[in-house]
Amino acid sequence: MADISQTNINTAPIETSYASLVGRRALILGVSTLLLILCFFIDVTNGPGQFSISTVLETIWDKTSHGIRLEVIIWDFRLPIAVTAVLVGAMLSVAGAQMQTILNNPLAEPFTLGISSAASFGASLAIVLGWSVIPGVGHLIVTMNAFFFALATCAFILMATRLKGVGSETIILFGIAIFFIFNAALAMMQYMASEDQISRIVFWMMGSLTRASWEKIGLGAALLAIVIPFCLMRSWKLTALRMGEETAESLGVNVARLRIEMLIAISILAATAVAFVGTVGFVGLVGPHIARMIVGEDQRFFLPLSAVIGALVMSTTSILSKMITPGILYPIGIITALIGVPVFISVILSTRKLRQS
Amino acid sequence: MSFSVKNLNAGYDRKMILNDVNFSNIKNGQLVGLIGPNAAGKSTLFKTITGLLKPKQGSVVLNDVDLTQEKREARARRVAYMPQIFGCNAFLSVFESVLLALKQSSGWRVKANDIAQVEKTLSDLGLSHLSGRGLSQLSGGQAQMVAVARTLVREPELVLLDEPTSALDLHHQLSIMTAVRNAVTNKNIIGMIALHDLNLGAKFCDRLILIREGKVLADDVPEKVLSMPELNDTYRVETSLEYTKSGAMFIDAQLGNAYL
Repeated sequence: MADISQTNINTAPIETSYASLVGRRALILGVSTLLLILCFFIDVTNGPGQFSISTVLETIWDKTSHGIRLEVIIWDFRLPIAVTAVLVGAMLSVAGAQMQTILNNPLAEPFTLGISSAASFGASLAIVLGWSVIPGVGHLIVTMNAFFFALATCAFILMATRLKGVGSETIILFGIAIFFIFNAALAMMQYMASEDQISRIVFWMMGSLTRASWEKIGLGAALLAIVIPFCLMRSWKLTALRMGEETAESLGVNVARLRIEMLIAISILAATAVAFVGTVGFVGLVGPHIARMIVGEDQRFFLPLSAVIGALVMSTTSILSKMITPGILYPIGIITALIGVPVFISVILSTRKLRQS
Repeated sequence: MSFSVKNLNAGYDRKMILNDVNFSNIKNGQLVGLIGPNAAGKSTLFKTITGLLKPKQGSVVLNDVDLTQEKREARARRVAYMPQIFGCNAFLSVFESVLLALKQSSGWRVKANDIAQVEKTLSDLGLSHLSGRGLSQLSGGQAQMVAVARTLVREPELVLLDEPTSALDLHHQLSIMTAVRNAVTNKNIIGMIALHDLNLGAKFCDRLILIREGKVLADDVPEKVLSMPELNDTYRVETSLEYTKSGAMFIDAQLGNAYL
């Protein structure tokens, strides 16, 4: 019994090593949050007009400290964009992390499950036909249509998980089917659209932070403030789910109920994020994957770190979108894909190496 | 203190798997082997006892309480079930995976006594040296042993282990069986273990229950069950119970003309 039941010689350090592991994870979370704050301020200071950090901080502290021009630039343009980047990054990453957990599939995220495509189609209905799913929403017609279609798709996925014999692989296949259906429907809308409408649809599909507003920020922050504690309260159950459905159930977890609770919470989160900024792919994949590599899958650390990394990725993207060509704000969806795909591939390769070792 | 199952009927949709299963009076400190061919209903019986599958009829009585009437969380605290393990790619260490089994029923915050309990369980099973290793880095035998640790850490009254020795080499089969046997005896709990290897049942179990097509065919001490003529028809082999010079039982089996 040499390899598995040999007498233990280092029993004592277990408590210390677990305590130090937890301490290290808390430190990583703290450092990542500091990095995010730094990135956020770099984002606010960057733009067509360069301002020093101190000027920006003073204007944030006291709106009128540097005159009306700076107040408008910082409070009406840069802050909403920078805060939206952080919020949407966190929302997409949390949604991706929990979709991956409950569907037990590392490829699940709002983009790969077709939720973003559905939202794009909803937006195109508003842009081309002026057709609103929810009457009387006024200028929010595009956002509300996108939200409705994203949420309806989540509901469809939720119902699919309730069908007998539908595993997590089948759910991803459903997602791919949804992706193709809505892409085809979207192509149809583009075919019917005028030149101006096509450019609006394409711009929506590329994802942009310029649609930021303080109302949206308030809503997004409130949602995150509800969903993150909601998930954290279930962190031991969610972590158990990663051990396999049967193991989790044998430990007393009501897997069916947990899945529904989580899908409802993250559906609203994902649908809102997509409705705010349009199609932004891969943040929901990259954020959780990096977090998983750093702190493992103990949800007490994995979930907050996923949120912070997702926010960090989006904040960096926001900075890059302004820096590529000064004076031009590139759509973030293009940049997240450009950063996200290579990072994703390298994560997959390093995961493979880790497993082999 | 005893465990019994009365008139248990269970299945999936309209297909009944367990047909009036009965056994009684399994005492604390006893390890009972559940034997029978593939698809006999062993896993279904375990799932029904655990509560993962609702019985159509019957009762599961542990220390005078009918488990079928208990809530999922309460039942999971008293009955620990180890399903068949097919590998796990979660980014968790051995220590964390055992800790999370404990934390399903002991509050959100990790306390010093939680850590001590995990530490003791790993130490009892001789797994302390694997504590920091990732689950995906374990060998098949190690993963099974860690699954046993997850089953025992909550100090249940009844443990059910579904074929924990399948696909393991002889060394690891004996390691698992010795660990389970010792845990059941030392903690004075009730253990049930589904087994394909009848010799492991003969060597480690106090009692064997033979089931086929969801019915209990025999329920007695290993010596009696393994010498019953029903064993041949159940497994479709010719068996004979032999003894070594030291007095240990073993089953000699061959296909035989009747079952070719």
